[in-house]
Amino acid sequence: MSIATASNTADPRRPVAIIAFCRAQPLGAAGLIVILAMGLAAIFAEAIAPYEPEVINFGAMLMAPSLEHPFGTDAFGRDILTRIIYGARTALTIGFLSSFIGCTLGGLLGIASAYFGGRADLVIQRFVDVMLSFPIIILALVVVAVLGKTELLGIDLNLVLAIAIPIIPRSSRVVRSAALSVRAMPYIDAARAGGYSAWHIITRHMAPNVLAPYLILLTAYIAQAILLEASLSFLGLGVSEPKPAWGLMLAGDSSNFYQEAPWMILFPGLAISLSVFAFNLFGDSLRDWLDPKFRL
Amino acid sequence: MLRYLSRRVALMVPTLFGVALLTFIMLRVVPGDVVEVKLRADGGHVTEEILQRERTRLGLDKPLPTQFVDWMAGLVTLDLGNSMWTGRPVVEEIGVRIGLTVQVAFMAAVISVLIAIPLGTISALFRDTWVDYVVRVFTIAGLAVPSFWLGMIIILMLLTVFNWSPPVTYTPFLESPLQNMSQLIWPALAVGYRYAAVVARMVRSSIIEVMREDYIRTARAKGVFERMVVGRHAMRNALLPAVTIIGLEFAFLIGGLVVTEQVFNLNGIGRLFVEAISRNDFILIQALVMLLAAVFVTMNLLVDLLYGVLDPRVRHA
Amino acid sequence: MHNISRRTAIALPTLALASPALAQQRPDELPRRGGVLTFAVGAEPPTYDLHQTGTFAVMHRVAPHYSTLLTYEPGNYPNIVGDLAESWTVSPDQKTFTFKLRPNVRFHDGTLMTSEDVRVSYERLRAPPAGVSSNRLPAFRQIDLITATDPLTIVITMKEVDASIMDTFASPWNSIFSAARLAQDPTFPVRNVMGTGPFRFVEHAAGSHWVGARFDDYFRERQPYLDGFRAITMTPSSMVNALSGRQIQAEFRGFTPNERDRIVRALGTEARVEESSWMLHMIVSFNTERPPFNDPRVRRALSLAIDRWGGSASLSRISQLGAVGGMVRPGSVWSASPEEMQQWPGYGRDMAANRAEARRLLREAGQENLTFTLLNRNHQPYVTSGIFVIDQLRQIGVRAEHQQVELAAWYAAQGSGGFDVMIDSFTQFSDDPTNVLVKYVSFDKAEVATARATDRELDRLFDAQARETDRDTRKRLVRQFETRAMEQSYAVPLLWWQRIVVMNQRVRGWSMAPTHMIYQDLRDVWLAPERS
Repeated sequence: MSIATASNTADPRRPVAIIAFCRAQPLGAAGLIVILAMGLAAIFAEAIAPYEPEVINFGAMLMAPSLEHPFGTDAFGRDILTRIIYGARTALTIGFLSSFIGCTLGGLLGIASAYFGGRADLVIQRFVDVMLSFPIIILALVVVAVLGKTELLGIDLNLVLAIAIPIIPRSSRVVRSAALSVRAMPYIDAARAGGYSAWHIITRHMAPNVLAPYLILLTAYIAQAILLEASLSFLGLGVSEPKPAWGLMLAGDSSNFYQEAPWMILFPGLAISLSVFAFNLFGDSLRDWLDPKFRL
Repeated sequence: MLRYLSRRVALMVPTLFGVALLTFIMLRVVPGDVVEVKLRADGGHVTEEILQRERTRLGLDKPLPTQFVDWMAGLVTLDLGNSMWTGRPVVEEIGVRIGLTVQVAFMAAVISVLIAIPLGTISALFRDTWVDYVVRVFTIAGLAVPSFWLGMIIILMLLTVFNWSPPVTYTPFLESPLQNMSQLIWPALAVGYRYAAVVARMVRSSIIEVMREDYIRTARAKGVFERMVVGRHAMRNALLPAVTIIGLEFAFLIGGLVVTEQVFNLNGIGRLFVEAISRNDFILIQALVMLLAAVFVTMNLLVDLLYGVLDPRVRHA
Repeated sequence: MHNISRRTAIALPTLALASPALAQQRPDELPRRGGVLTFAVGAEPPTYDLHQTGTFAVMHRVAPHYSTLLTYEPGNYPNIVGDLAESWTVSPDQKTFTFKLRPNVRFHDGTLMTSEDVRVSYERLRAPPAGVSSNRLPAFRQIDLITATDPLTIVITMKEVDASIMDTFASPWNSIFSAARLAQDPTFPVRNVMGTGPFRFVEHAAGSHWVGARFDDYFRERQPYLDGFRAITMTPSSMVNALSGRQIQAEFRGFTPNERDRIVRALGTEARVEESSWMLHMIVSFNTERPPFNDPRVRRALSLAIDRWGGSASLSRISQLGAVGGMVRPGSVWSASPEEMQQWPGYGRDMAANRAEARRLLREAGQENLTFTLLNRNHQPYVTSGIFVIDQLRQIGVRAEHQQVELAAWYAAQGSGGFDVMIDSFTQFSDDPTNVLVKYVSFDKAEVATARATDRELDRLFDAQARETDRDTRKRLVRQFETRAMEQSYAVPLLWWQRIVVMNQRVRGWSMAPTHMIYQDLRDVWLAPERS
């Protein structure tokens, strides 16, 4: 792994880096544009969306796409475009939060595992093994069922947690292998000799040097988290009606109506695919740019 | 080799034990039990005493450590217990459904390998040309499209274009291969796309990596026909990571079928899992989790062993 | 895209149905022997024992294998006729019932059925032995003695008059098992099927199918007509495809309106549709143990906010929800008329006035900005009901947070009272008020009364109607019960379900009923030849 050298040539912390990135990675730039568009839609949903996302209008039930309702309406007469715009908010918030929590905790665990080595490493790795062999759906079910609903700003925190937990072992594996090469650097031993605490060394000396894989993981797992949220909502374990969420829009009534009203599943499915596609495209290019040899 | 193998097998034991313990604890903190679902269904009205009696019969009133030890003792002797919902042995419940799930997973794996290896190779050889871009967009899309949605779209297409829907009951392959395939090929395609995408990406990046290695450069410099280089040297080394990912993804796939089986109304392990969960059929959920975990760790082990066989450098690491 | 026609098809289902309704069976047709009926069932059976369950997943598979003492007359619901009983007499005080059994009724194993089998089966329902739990204890609580006076006579005496007892004798759940088999193993019926019904059990492949074959020694001559039946487990969406693709011939529980339209479009005149209101209704239950739902003003305000008439008109187009009704099935002899209903809170037609009154009540109770969690199942049409209720409450400024949970968690919350307000449902196999009003009595009298309230006035009215054999007096008591329960609003009906059965016209002789639990023994069912 050539983390240290890679971060010299392409420091993600420099703002000009974005321009350099876009020039070197046109596909990645396209992904970035889609992500930014989604972000704007999510932030300004109230201003952009033509209707209210949760208000029932039986007068406009199951309308095909038209000028009035570009993506049609669902069985409750709710505008699908509106629900997709608000759904971006749900997807991005849950996607980003769970990926952030998962990758950060996983990253710290990975660095700690690499730093302490020996027995601690062994124990942590066995724990990671257990987590990796554990079906995600069970985790989600248990977290959601046991903790109930804890809402913060309209986001179900327990769902975020349920999606973040399976990310922890996966990201910790990757970060650990990157951190192992950092651990071998002489300045880490120097820092230890200098009497710095383990926490200090992990956060101040090691973490900045695994920033590249961390960022790659973060984008990759936002995509995974969006997909996972969609699957869980589809199974009825995720977001609850009438909240707008893309996976949820494919479940319930949609599975009942999609033959008569294919727009009900077409657009939410495209929204999921496009957003995950954009994050993957961006993440891929980011990896190529930051560290071509890095592998997920 | 034998020592390495036994060490790896020994390492599986604590992992599986950890999964067992975690599953057990997590399930017991979930509210509700199978008894209420069973007896209260459809307006059944039962007293607390009846519920309690049924709980006693199922052993749900025993202290948790006893329940865990009982379960562990059963696991060691390969007795997985009886489903709390139907009362039939868990082995039987899983047995009648596992064939279908394994077949779909296997077909998806075959489809994906058939698509992925040529695609990944072409993409690597024509790196940074429009061919590469097209393939990359196709494969990244494969990672982005939710398989259950793809399944719905497939059903919709079959229905609107051909006015035909796949058979709804499972016919074993040996009984009628055509009937069997006409039902299972669709879910295999729906999940196979993602699988193919993952493998193709892996093939592409490892071929690119291998092409950079000195011996390939030497071979190319000597003017050996490029295809020969790729065929002989690059492919063999590049396929290693592909094999890894095929194995690892296979284990994931079985778990991932949970959602797709709902869409296609397949009577497989995934649907059994979802049903067991909605009823809190602890014994069955535990058995299914252990089964999935066992498949996962075994796949890991097989992949590692295969790696050792194909690449002598790894063997003594 | 054919948008307009598609929309019309969904919006105006009655028009789409005009032609297939003509495919009804002609009364002069003679039943034809032979053929195997293939039908779908939406869930797997948790047991084979009818005594210990209440789910249709068992009934639809197992009913063809058993007989009951009395039964509902096919095509003439709710008239009761004999099944195993040839005739019966009732004493003038309504407390002694004497049944004469049919002679020469044989079990599938060849043994003769006698009054002892009936006695033992009924005792099992009334006082289940260890390892067995009866789901029918409340229905049997007034039965004092069950005596087999001779091999073909059974006498049942009551502790008290029970106006609903005939439904108990005709209940499809109270199947007659073999006394000899029960003596060997009281749990025999859990995993084995052996009765006197028209079909023998052949096999059950878990998660896949259930097969029955004609029982040649069935006690009704020349019946059953079918050679056998095959029940296949599948999800609702696959049922629609399977029925449209002629892979199955029927499903007996019920479809949603658009599923019906889709099948009718695919099958054309080969489709046969039967509709009826259903003994199944959605309920909004308030947890009266939790403030502010201990305040009748709050409960009544929330009930007032729900536009049931408007909801019925719209939701009936997209879900199985249908008629507006009280606590007994609308359309049944016990039901209030729409005019009577409009006197209840939340049933008035003037929604503006209802909402204003609701806001006033909330203000009075100091709960203007009420926010709570609405517990619900993650299943249709529960979710549809939840979305609707939340939208209705929003219009009086109340915010309900939807919490959709798995079935087990839903029951757990019901049992433990771990909820604020929940979308609940109730179903019974008969319209008898004793069977259905029990959902609304005090919690200490019935565990199914999820509102956890105590109301002795309701209990008194309930007991009074249960003993009353004069129909008009009883009806008045039922009305009083409903009025009181609506005013207190511990739990309030939302909407009743509409049962929509769609089958291939080849299926003949099957009877529609407002419950999906009866007429499933398939003894009268036959298959017409396929149209060329």
